Amino acid sequence: MTDAGLADVLFDVRLVVNGIVHTVAVPARRLLSDCLRHDLRLTGTHVGCEHGVCGACTVLVDGVATRSCLMLTVSADNAEITTVEGLTEPDGTLSPVQQAFADCHGLQCGFCTPGFLTTITAALADIPDPTHDEAREIIGGNLCRCTGYQNIVKAVLRAAELRRQLS
Amino acid sequence: MTSLFGEPIARLEDDRLLRGHGAYLDDLGHDALAAAFVRSPHAHARITDIDVSGALDVDGLVAIYTYEDLPGRVAEPLPLLIPHPALTHPRTGFPLAADEVNHVGEPVVMVIAADRYLAEDAAEAIIVDYEPLPVVVGVDAARDGERLVHADVPGNVAAEFIQSNGDAVAAIAAAPHLLELDLTIERSASSPLEGRGVLARWDTESKRLRIWTSTQTSTGVRAAVAAKLDLALADVDVITPDVGGGFGVKIVHPWPEEVLVPWAAKQLLRPVKFTEDRIEHFISSAHERGQRHRVRVGFDDEGHVLGLDVRFWHDNGAYIPYGLIVPIITSTQLLGPYKPGAYRVEFTSLYTNTVIVTPYRGAGRPQGAFVMERTMDAIAAALGLDRTVVRERNFITPDEMPYDHGLIFQDGRPLIYDSGDYPASLAKIKALVGWDSFPAVQAEAREHGRNLGIGLACYVEGTGVGPYEGAHVIVETSGKVKVATGLTSQGQGHQTVFAQIVADELGVPIGDIEVTTGDTRAFSYAVGTFASRAAVMSGSAVALAARTARAKAIRIAAAALEASPDDMEIVEGVVRVKGDPASAIAIGTVAVLSNPLRYAFDEAAKAATQFAGGDIDKPPIAEGEEPGLEGREFFSPIRSTFASGMHAVIVETDPRTAEIKILRYCVVHDCGLLINPRIVEGQIHGGVAQGVGGALYERICYDEYGQLQNASFMDFLMPYVSEVPDGIEIDHLETPSPLNPLGIKGA
Repeated sequence: MTDAGLADVLFDVRLVVNGIVHTVAVPARRLLSDCLRHDLRLTGTHVGCEHGVCGACTVLVDGVATRSCLMLTVSADNAEITTVEGLTEPDGTLSPVQQAFADCHGLQCGFCTPGFLTTITAALADIPDPTHDEAREIIGGNLCRCTGYQNIVKAVLRAAELRRQLS
Repeated sequence: MTSLFGEPIARLEDDRLLRGHGAYLDDLGHDALAAAFVRSPHAHARITDIDVSGALDVDGLVAIYTYEDLPGRVAEPLPLLIPHPALTHPRTGFPLAADEVNHVGEPVVMVIAADRYLAEDAAEAIIVDYEPLPVVVGVDAARDGERLVHADVPGNVAAEFIQSNGDAVAAIAAAPHLLELDLTIERSASSPLEGRGVLARWDTESKRLRIWTSTQTSTGVRAAVAAKLDLALADVDVITPDVGGGFGVKIVHPWPEEVLVPWAAKQLLRPVKFTEDRIEHFISSAHERGQRHRVRVGFDDEGHVLGLDVRFWHDNGAYIPYGLIVPIITSTQLLGPYKPGAYRVEFTSLYTNTVIVTPYRGAGRPQGAFVMERTMDAIAAALGLDRTVVRERNFITPDEMPYDHGLIFQDGRPLIYDSGDYPASLAKIKALVGWDSFPAVQAEAREHGRNLGIGLACYVEGTGVGPYEGAHVIVETSGKVKVATGLTSQGQGHQTVFAQIVADELGVPIGDIEVTTGDTRAFSYAVGTFASRAAVMSGSAVALAARTARAKAIRIAAAALEASPDDMEIVEGVVRVKGDPASAIAIGTVAVLSNPLRYAFDEAAKAATQFAGGDIDKPPIAEGEEPGLEGREFFSPIRSTFASGMHAVIVETDPRTAEIKILRYCVVHDCGLLINPRIVEGQIHGGVAQGVGGALYERICYDEYGQLQNASFMDFLMPYVSEVPDGIEIDHLETPSPLNPLGIKGA
């Protein structure tokens, strides 16, 4: 249920998205996912369920994988946010996780992919050398309807390998 | 040059999707108004009043439409897409309910506002009064016919259909053994991660309508919307953007929203967009699978099926826009790789007050395979025979191909299998899963208190369904190659596999090829993506179009080099004389020469201008030729091609918790020649996951009032990684199809 009474009241919110500072004026009810997608036009973040189950909308909020459909923009004030667009290296090369998905055929329709990429990016920062079981655990909260997850698990392990090669 | 056909190359689609640069429907139209819908909360009711007054003060409101506002053909029922003589009582819904609603989720009012939040505010403020009517949910309630979904459809029966080959009833009566089985499958749903969505712009200056829609058939939407809005087909463009999965549900068209949103955009002279949310997808798109089957099978002492008689009831939901395709596929593909002595199948398609039922991956085939494979297991159990032995004794053998079942398939054509080698597939799957050694494995596990079981299932899949697809290959003067085909993509990797085909056929680097699908501006004749038909249909058309372009390139280059066309080849984008690499022209230059010019537009174009040479005794364009280095061809096979496969699985069950753990999952798959094994295996992985979901987890649950009890991803249990097998072992058999130029079948 929306509260139309507050729809007119706008709040200024400062977001640092992929390193760039944005100030947006949004109603209190505006979801972070909608703000990123429609106010900042960073449409790489996808909305699959709007109830926090599918994980397609996952972004990093201060480095933590977060479902942007379950977060209000106003509660992200001053947060550092990384979306899928911000995963790519500054010189335009794909990040290890992105490259691993390409190498392993880890995507088909690509709709859930941004949420997997952000989730795995955050997880590998904590677990740089995951086991096979840990790779499955890392992606255990994201839904994909196309791939049957087989190649996504491979991509997690491949991404860890690529990260180690870089470091 | 190495052939790319058959190579597991990485996908060309991925780079942009991985960067977040995909363009799905809701990523477009930031300037568009938003549509939201008031949907019926009742499964069956009469609408007595609609009061919109409370919504009129909502900020940003632009328009509210009810059925009474719809003009002309927009107000008519949605089309019956696939008529069939047995479909005696077809009913389709209105874009907005006229006076009766027949399922929860049926659209009643459309609201257009500045954004979706405001549109939903207005929708919430609209009050619709309903007079509830008796509700029909489930096959039992539908077939006893005491309550009716549609007052003018007796017994809730949309269709009754019988097909037979031989006298199954007599064969069963005369058989030494008889079994009777009741088999039921529950409802599931395609559930792509991206729901439906449509964006429309009416261009006031060119008086043209442009529609973007998340569909499996852009040409289908174009024709339907043009008809509804009384526009010339030529004045409507339909573009399929990136589509976040389809799995069948997006072949249905036009959805109410696909008619209403373009109509509203034309009315309002403003772009309008509708993006379906998840609950809307559950209650207002489509479901599938729900059927009840009664099997009578007669067989001999060795397990040969002498007669098979199947009676089933198909719950088609509130309306039947997609006709009888799902139950027809069940009734025909049920036969799988087997040849019963006689076969009779009869189905009844029934209305219920639930969401419509239209194809979801497999489209009736999973039901048929389930019924047949259960029957095979039951025969084996009754006779004390190995399950693989009973199956093999009933197989169609390779020397019996092509095999005519004496039935009519879903494409309206005879059910004739083109090729296949089922005994070879069985040998492979038995070896892969270790069928013969399993009893020892099972016995050892039992000693440790563990309960293991093994199962096997076979299927034959009609793929590459007609009527046709086409393709256009254009070599630009830059040497880049543009390829267009009309069917759409939802993640299958079409751009990659079609580029592989063109690279081989035309002899150009794959990096120079760009493929467009599902855009009626680029190719306007097409059918759509369903029934594993894209590679067979468009892949073949792409190959033929590339061959035409290649032949033309060689004709032009041979003339320019004063060589014989028979001595020419195209390698890495260079047309050259075999064995004489110095006699060569880049294919882009051939494209320049293919189009005789008066005006040079750049340096290279000078070669084609009128004082640059050429035979002055011949017309600049030879008779029968056209300017441009292009090929445009269509592919229309006589009938479908039949892929096949066998799956074997070893599971462990916990009798205390009923938990089922998949220990091994093995697949032998035969889709003819493989264009890209990596992509085929990806398709198999996804199919297995959906199969596991359908078998063990997913179930659409309606209560007796027609309320959907699990319309969320919290409650409708699509598999996460924890539910799918940890590793899927795949072996391929490649039995080429004789029905297309590439020898392929759908995967």
